Amino acid sequence: MTGVPLAPPRRLVDVTVDGEAVRLPEGSTILDACPGTPTLCYGDTLTPKNACRICVVEVKGARTLVPACSRRVEPGMEIMTDTERVRHSRRLVLELLGSSTDLSTTPGAAEWSEEYGARPERFGPPGDASTDRDARHPGAHESPDGASAATVAQPAKVDNDLYVRDYEKCILCYKCVDACGEQWQNTFAIGVAGRGFDARISTEHAAPLPDSACVYCGNCIEVCPTGALSFKSEYDMRAEGTWDESRQDQTTTICTYCGVGCNLTLHVQDNEIVKVSSPHDNPVTHGNLCVKGRFGFQHVQNRTRG
Amino acid sequence: MAKKNARAPYLRLTRPLVRDAGELRPATWAEALDRAADGFRRNVERHGPDAFGMFSCARATNEMNFVAQKFTRVVIGTNNVDSCNRTCHAPSVAGLAAAFGSGGGTSSYTEIEDTDLIVMWGSSAREAHPIFFQHVLKAIRRGARVFAVDPRRTSTARWADRWLGLNVGTDIPLANAIAREIIHAGLHNATFVERGTTGFEEFAESVEPWTLESAEQVTGVPAGAIRELAHAYARAERAQLCWTLGITEHHNATDNVRALINLALLTGHVGRYASGLNPLRGQNNVQGGGDMGAIPDRLAGFQDILDARVRERFGRAWGTEIQPRYGLNLTDMLAAMGEGRLTAAYIIGENPTQSEADAEHTVERLGRLDHLVVQDIFLTKTARMADVVLPASAAWCESDGTMTNSERRVQRVRKALAPPGEARDDIDILCELARRLGHDWHYDAAEDIWDEVRSLSPIHAGMSYSRLEELQGIQWPCYSEDRVEPSFLHSRLWETDAEARGRPAPFAVLRHSPPVDLLDEDFPLRLTTGRRLDSYNTGVQSSGFASPLRRGENIELSPEDARRLGVTPGEEVRVSSRRGTVTAPVFVDPALRPGLVFMTMHFPDEVDTNSLTIEATDPIAGTAEYKATAVRVEPLCRPVGGN
Ligand code: SF4
Ligand code: SF4
Ligand code: FES
Repeated sequence: MTGVPLAPPRRLVDVTVDGEAVRLPEGSTILDACPGTPTLCYGDTLTPKNACRICVVEVKGARTLVPACSRRVEPGMEIMTDTERVRHSRRLVLELLGSSTDLSTTPGAAEWSEEYGARPERFGPPGDASTDRDARHPGAHESPDGASAATVAQPAKVDNDLYVRDYEKCILCYKCVDACGEQWQNTFAIGVAGRGFDARISTEHAAPLPDSACVYCGNCIEVCPTGALSFKSEYDMRAEGTWDESRQDQTTTICTYCGVGCNLTLHVQDNEIVKVSSPHDNPVTHGNLCVKGRFGFQHVQNRTRG
Repeated sequence: MAKKNARAPYLRLTRPLVRDAGELRPATWAEALDRAADGFRRNVERHGPDAFGMFSCARATNEMNFVAQKFTRVVIGTNNVDSCNRTCHAPSVAGLAAAFGSGGGTSSYTEIEDTDLIVMWGSSAREAHPIFFQHVLKAIRRGARVFAVDPRRTSTARWADRWLGLNVGTDIPLANAIAREIIHAGLHNATFVERGTTGFEEFAESVEPWTLESAEQVTGVPAGAIRELAHAYARAERAQLCWTLGITEHHNATDNVRALINLALLTGHVGRYASGLNPLRGQNNVQGGGDMGAIPDRLAGFQDILDARVRERFGRAWGTEIQPRYGLNLTDMLAAMGEGRLTAAYIIGENPTQSEADAEHTVERLGRLDHLVVQDIFLTKTARMADVVLPASAAWCESDGTMTNSERRVQRVRKALAPPGEARDDIDILCELARRLGHDWHYDAAEDIWDEVRSLSPIHAGMSYSRLEELQGIQWPCYSEDRVEPSFLHSRLWETDAEARGRPAPFAVLRHSPPVDLLDEDFPLRLTTGRRLDSYNTGVQSSGFASPLRRGENIELSPEDARRLGVTPGEEVRVSSRRGTVTAPVFVDPALRPGLVFMTMHFPDEVDTNSLTIEATDPIAGTAEYKATAVRVEPLCRPVGGN
C-alpha cells in the first residue's frame, strides 16, 4: 500500500520508414518514427487535432494518406514519407494556407514551401483585408470573384498591453482553443466562431480581451505555431524592425512570484527580456504559466525613468 | 476619473546610498560597505552579537540564504536570523515538523493528479497558485472530487463539488467535528492509527464535544456538509489536503495546521502515494530559506540547533562556535527593536514596513535602530529608512543558484540578465561585508556554496548541479547521488517493524480560540485579506507590468452589506479598525457572505490595508492574524442634497 505505481514496461514495435527498419515503444506515433516531418497543428502538450494535414504520410495498404502526428505505429507498418502523393498533398496544404494566410512568422513554412515547390501565388494576388470578419454570420460572406485569392487578412487586434492577436496569420489549428479550454487552462475565453472560410478564433461576442474571460496566462501564445498570437513586446519590435532572434539568448530560470516553482525560459535580446516561455517537458508547468510568470518581468528592467 | 492606483512603477536601484545629515545620498561601494560594516561592528562591540538581526529573503536563492545565515552565525555570532516565511507559512513548517519531524509538504504535484479526493482548505489556488491548480484540474478531469473550505466562495470553490463556507477563524471546530464524525462512523484507519500515531485516545476524547450540530453553530457550515466531507475524506482511497494562508495567518495558526494534520493521521492519508498534506507556499523560495537554515532554530536541512552534535559539525566546518540556543524570530526581533535590545539590522530583500501587520508600529520600531542596512533591488519604504542602502541583483534572473518549491523540488536558477548600473549580487555583497568584519570569505560560483550545503545537509547531499539539470530538479530528501527517493514523505509510518517506523506522529489536542479582534457594534464586519491573480504581496514587483486585470484596491462587500450600508460600486468609503482607517472604493462581490468583507495588500502606497490588520501573533510560529480583522465601513460624508 505504500508503493509507487510504476508504469508497466512497454513492448517494442517494429516498422519501416522509407525502407529502413525502426523500432519504437508501443503507443508511439508515426511522427515519433519520422522526426523532421513538418507539423503545424500538432502540439507536444496537446491531444492531436488533425486539423492541418501537413504531416501526412503514406502507409502501405491504407487507402488514404494518414496524419503522422496522431496515428500510432502498428507492428509491421510500412511508412513512406516522400512519395509523390505525400509531396503533392503537403504542397497543396502549403499553397492553400499560403494564399489565404500570412505565414511570414510561421517557423518552417518558408523551408517547407521551397522543399515541396508550393506556389500560393498561382491563386492570384491576395484579396483585400476584411474589417468585418469578426462580425460575419454564416452566409454573410461574399463569394470570391476568382481574380484574387480570398484571405483571412484583417487588422491585428491590439487591445491590451500584454499580447497581440494578429489573425491574418491564423491557420485555425485550434491549439490555442485547446490550451485555453479543457486541456490546460480551463478558462474558455476563446473558441471558434463562424463556419467554413469565415471560421475564426474569437472571444465570446468578439469582445476585446479586457472585456472577455481572458486571464492573460499566455498559454495560447505558448502553443501557437504561426505567431498569430505574440507578446506585445515582440509585435512592437517586429514593427520597429528590431526583433532579431539571432541575437537572443534563452535562459531557463524560476518564476519570482509564488512557491509553485514554475520554470520560465527568458528570451533576452540586448539585456532586455522580450518574451517568456516555459519548457514543455517540465514536470511543474508542462509549458503553462500564469499572468505573473508570463508577463510580470518588467519590474527588473525599469532601470531608468523613460 | 483618474485611476487611484496608477502610480509610477519602482525604478531599480543602481548605486549605493548612505545617510548623511538625515538624507540618503549616492556613495561609492567602498564607502557604503565600510559604513555598513562599521555600524555592525560598533553595535556588536557595544551590546553583544544578539543586538544584531538578519532578515533574509524568501525570494533569493538557497545559496544566498545559506550565506546570509552563515554570516549571522559566523561573522556576527548570533542565531537572530529569519525571513518573511514568518508572515505566511511558518506555522505550516512548525506544525508539520512537530508531527513528522520535517517541515515540508508531504506529496508532489503529479500525485495531486492521481488522487481521488482533494480538500482545498483556506486556499484560493486558482488565483494564488494558478499552475498548482492546473494539476488539480487534471485530477478533476480524471474524476477526483473536490471540497473547498473557505469563508469566501472563491474561483477555487467554483471548481469544487462542495463549498463549505465557514466563519473566519473556526477551522479548528470544523476539523474537530470532521474528526469526531469519522471516529463515530468507525471510518478511521485503525491500522495506521495503531502503527503510525500516538495520542489517539486523548484526541478522540477532546473532539467529543464537537458534534455536527455544535460545529454548525460555531462554523456556520451545515451539519450535513460537514458529515459529507468527513465521510468522503475517510472513505477515499487516496486523498490530498491542501492549504494556504487561510489556515496560517491566524493567531493560533500552528494549531490550525495541526488540526488538518490530525485528519490525515486519523485516516492514513499521509505517507502513501497520492495521499498527503500540502501547504502551498507563497513565495518562490520560502521553502528553501527555511531549508537553508535562515531561521532562528535550525541549521541547513532542518537540523536542530539544540542538538550538540549538529552544532559541532557545522562549527567545525565553519571554524566557529554556534550559540547553543534559538535566536529571535522576525516577530521577536521587531519587538526587541521596540525595547532597544536589538540595535542593528540587516534586511535583505524584505519590506517589513509594508508587509507586516500594524504597519505604523513596525515603522516606529525600525526607527529606533542605531544601524539599519537594507539590501534590495528597489528603494522600498523600508529602504528609505536605512542608514545604508545596497543595490542588489534580482535573484531569479540576475544570479545563479537554486530555489526550492512547494513540492520540495530544488531547481536551478540561472542568470539571464546583467544587473543594472552598479547593482551587485547579494552573495558578493555579503562576502565583502564578511571580509571587512574579519572573515576572508570567497566563493567563485554559486555551485561552490551549494556543494558546501550538500556537505552539511544530508537531505541535499545527492543534488549536484549536474543532476539538478538532468532531472529538471530533485525533491528533498535526496541522500545520495545514485538514487532518487519516493516523491512523497513519511512512508516509514506504515512500516510493520517498529524500529523502521521511527517516531510515531502525535495527534494534537486543540482548543477553539476565536479571532482576537472581536466583532462588536462599533466594528461589526469581519475583514479578511488575500491575493488577486495578477498581483503580488506589496505590489513592488507586480506594479511593474500593465495588467489588464488590475483594478486597484477595493473594499469588497457582499451585495447585502452594500445595500444595508447604502453604498454603490465605485463609491469611496471609509474602512476603520481599532488601529487605523483607510478609504477605498467599493466593489460588490456576490461570492461574499453578509458580514464578510475582503481586501488585498497589493497597493499599500494607495490603501494601506495593513494599517487595519491586527498584530495578534501565533505564539509558536509568530505569524500575524491577517485573516481576521474587525472593521466598520462607512460612506464618506456626502454633500448636503447630494445622493
Ligand atoms: S491563433 Fe495560433 S494557435 Fe490559435 S488557431 Fe490560430 S494559429 Fe492556431
Ligand atoms: S507562473 Fe504563476 S503559478 Fe507559476 S510560479 Fe509564477 S506566479 Fe506561481
Ligand atoms: S500536424 Fe498532423 S494534422 Fe496537423
